[in-house]
Amino acid sequence: MSKIHGKVREPLLRMAKRDGISSQKAWLIRGIAFLLSLMTGALMILALGHNPLAVYQAMIVGACGSGTVLQETVKIAVPLLITAIGISFAFKMKFWNIGGEGQILVGAVAAGYFGLFTAHIFPKVPLVLLMMTAGMLAGGIYGLIPAVCKAKWGTNETLFTLMLNYIALAFIKYLMNGPWKAPGSSYPKIAMLVKGARLTKILGVHWGWILALILVVVSSIYLKKTKQGYEIAVVGESNNTARYAGINVSKVFVRTMFISGALCGLVGMLQFAGADYTLTEGTAGGIGFTAITVAWLAKMNPYGMLIVSVFIAILERGANAIQTQFKIPSSAADLLIGIILFFMLGCEFFISYRLILRGKEEKDA
Amino acid sequence: MAETKKLAVKMHKVTKTFGKVIANKDVDLELREGEILALLGENGSGKTTLMNMLSGIYFPDYGEIHIHGESVTICSPKDAFALGIGMIHQHFKLVDVLTAAENIVLGLDGGLTVNRKEVNRKVAELAQRYGFEVDPAKKIYNMAVSEKQTVEILKVLYRGADILILDEPTAVLTPQETEKLFAVLRNMKKDGKSIIIITHKLNEVMSISDRVAILRKGEYIGVVNTAETNQSQLTEMMVGRPINLKIDRPQVKKKEARLKVVDLTCLNGDGVKALNNVSFTAHGGEILGVAGIAGSGQKELCEVIAGLHPAIGGSVLFTGEHNGEPIKERILELKPDEIAKRGIAMAYVPEDRLGMGLVANMDMTDNVMLRSYKENKGIFVDRKTPRALSEKLIEELEIVTPGVDTPVGRLSGGNVQKVLLGREIAYEPSVLVVAYPVRGLDINSSYRIYDLLNEQKRKGVAVIFIGEDLDVLMEISDRLMVMCGGRISGIVNPREVTKDEIGLMMIHVGEEKTDDEEVEE
Repeated sequence: MSKIHGKVREPLLRMAKRDGISSQKAWLIRGIAFLLSLMTGALMILALGHNPLAVYQAMIVGACGSGTVLQETVKIAVPLLITAIGISFAFKMKFWNIGGEGQILVGAVAAGYFGLFTAHIFPKVPLVLLMMTAGMLAGGIYGLIPAVCKAKWGTNETLFTLMLNYIALAFIKYLMNGPWKAPGSSYPKIAMLVKGARLTKILGVHWGWILALILVVVSSIYLKKTKQGYEIAVVGESNNTARYAGINVSKVFVRTMFISGALCGLVGMLQFAGADYTLTEGTAGGIGFTAITVAWLAKMNPYGMLIVSVFIAILERGANAIQTQFKIPSSAADLLIGIILFFMLGCEFFISYRLILRGKEEKDA
Repeated sequence: MAETKKLAVKMHKVTKTFGKVIANKDVDLELREGEILALLGENGSGKTTLMNMLSGIYFPDYGEIHIHGESVTICSPKDAFALGIGMIHQHFKLVDVLTAAENIVLGLDGGLTVNRKEVNRKVAELAQRYGFEVDPAKKIYNMAVSEKQTVEILKVLYRGADILILDEPTAVLTPQETEKLFAVLRNMKKDGKSIIIITHKLNEVMSISDRVAILRKGEYIGVVNTAETNQSQLTEMMVGRPINLKIDRPQVKKKEARLKVVDLTCLNGDGVKALNNVSFTAHGGEILGVAGIAGSGQKELCEVIAGLHPAIGGSVLFTGEHNGEPIKERILELKPDEIAKRGIAMAYVPEDRLGMGLVANMDMTDNVMLRSYKENKGIFVDRKTPRALSEKLIEELEIVTPGVDTPVGRLSGGNVQKVLLGREIAYEPSVLVVAYPVRGLDINSSYRIYDLLNEQKRKGVAVIFIGEDLDVLMEISDRLMVMCGGRISGIVNPREVTKDEIGLMMIHVGEEKTDDEEVEE
């Protein structure tokens, strides 16, 4: 029928928002994206002179091949999952808390204070409870600061929380070099937590993993079924609507950021008392940032975060395994993780939009 | 081909879809050179989409466009300008801190420097030619809405457009300003410009246009010569069936003072007085209309009453009853939930429906419970009651939705408003404040909304109706309050004043204020 003539041609590619997509189709797109990412990664592995299939196999074996490595994988997934849940609380109300890292660190420091200096006073159970409370309180308060400032003066929470990360990091370095420096050590390091105060292991991993699973269920109920969860959702959608509904927006900001920070602080305590048994500048180790990826990939759904955090933990463990097995440099292994995550995040675009080629007529999907 | 030559624009079988929504289907449109064509249609009938394709904002899925007899492809606003097509949008696209002249030359090719003197001279010359009043050196932020519109039109003319498209240009103007604009449009027509004016106001169509093209639900219905038609024929073509355009104004016997506002003063976000000593009384059983140019303090007035905006002086007094007990309460400075806690059912339908009244991404249940989710005990929300209420509202108000679980943002404008108003009415208010309740709604939905408001009035609710269409306000209100620059220029009996008088009040604060009680019958 009618063709378009003229001096100017139709644009090569056009973008159109999808009206909604069946979950089958969405998963198909994600599946394709995953395969493409593996293929792209394979090119890199080939360039390094290895067999991609062997490398991928080694990654899987290295992450879940035996009980011991599986425990290691879980150990990576637990802090990631809890931090992601914590961060998602803030993200749900569009409060961009990228200070998970700092909140983890202050949580670890607070727990560390009791763990390192009061272990001889308290028996194990009260001590662990004390460390937990201290870690969560410290993380919560650290999260509270940017929330109060935003509620009072409208400060930008993104910059604020980011800067707080560096303060926490520098504070740990100060402790390592100064007041908390292990006696008799020539290196700047902090003493180890005494064996009796370390978290009990269940199936080979400290009990944090059970807590994480409980948190998945509890947070899901909190966000979906409670009044406070509803308030978070309304504030996240529109501050104006929230005010109109009689919600005290500042209060929700402060309360939710306290919870968000407290969960991150809890991670700090778990890392200190369950995984590392000491404090270093690597205690948070980028968890606070990776958790952002987890939360987004899971679209703020706690059950989704469970899956994604395990997935990322497998990637990280796998990347470790291939470093030793194939002598692939760690930067290249990280690159591989980056490629896979890039594709997984990028494919969400194709779930929300479709592209129309020049000359192709639009048909209903 | 002689016929085509006289055509400035010819659109042939133009189709545009957004996802599953068909905005325009096989639309034909012809604009003759040197004529004013009114493009008439209800909200959502695809007028703006069609014109956006002409001005290069959208690209049609199918169809041909001819300009001055030549087939063209318009990919961007730049292409449109090259063809001499200029569109004046409903929402102005001006840079506030620049002057009129600077805005006019913004984005034009040229050297690195702007010869302001030369530009000012050229702009002034252009303005004089068509009868605009404009100061080229005035900054945009100092301008009234009508001045900004003038700048938008000049911007298009300066670029040498000979085909002008105006999207609802009179929506923001007073009756007097509208007349001025029409005079300018007639001058431009004399000068040989071809003009399309998008509107849904019939009286304006009759007074300015040569021909009228009508769209309905994205389809082209036909074109008629303005001289050979009348308003009821146009309405019928627009809606698809004959319709009675009269708005009811039922009489309610029992009227009592419900909300007394005394010397209310408040600041807007920039610290400028948005309300200045505003005093009035709203009575139960009446609709108090509020007229005024956009931004005269209507929004602040609503928000102060609803407890969403702080005041710096004055008071708001509520008189009514709750569970049979009479209450008298100062409600100024109370938050919305505190007002509710005192047993005062204050309903507010804000102007920004999806940005304040509702949450677009939430389903109907979650939206219906927005104002009442705190009512049940315990930490969990009760979704059963609002769900049942949602289902009831869908049935009673004939809300078209796939179901209660569909996000309200997916519904059409009329249905969104029904959800919002339905929720507010469901809580049996004693004061109902509605801001621009029919903006963007089709005729059917609009009349449904008027009926709902009248029903509330009969129930003894004090209804405060902030409106923009003077014809509607004058028909539905029992009393009409006119605002200007944050003050009340008068409260009049709409049966006894003319539109021109109200128009004058919209731009002047009257010396003597009509007494509140005088117009009571």
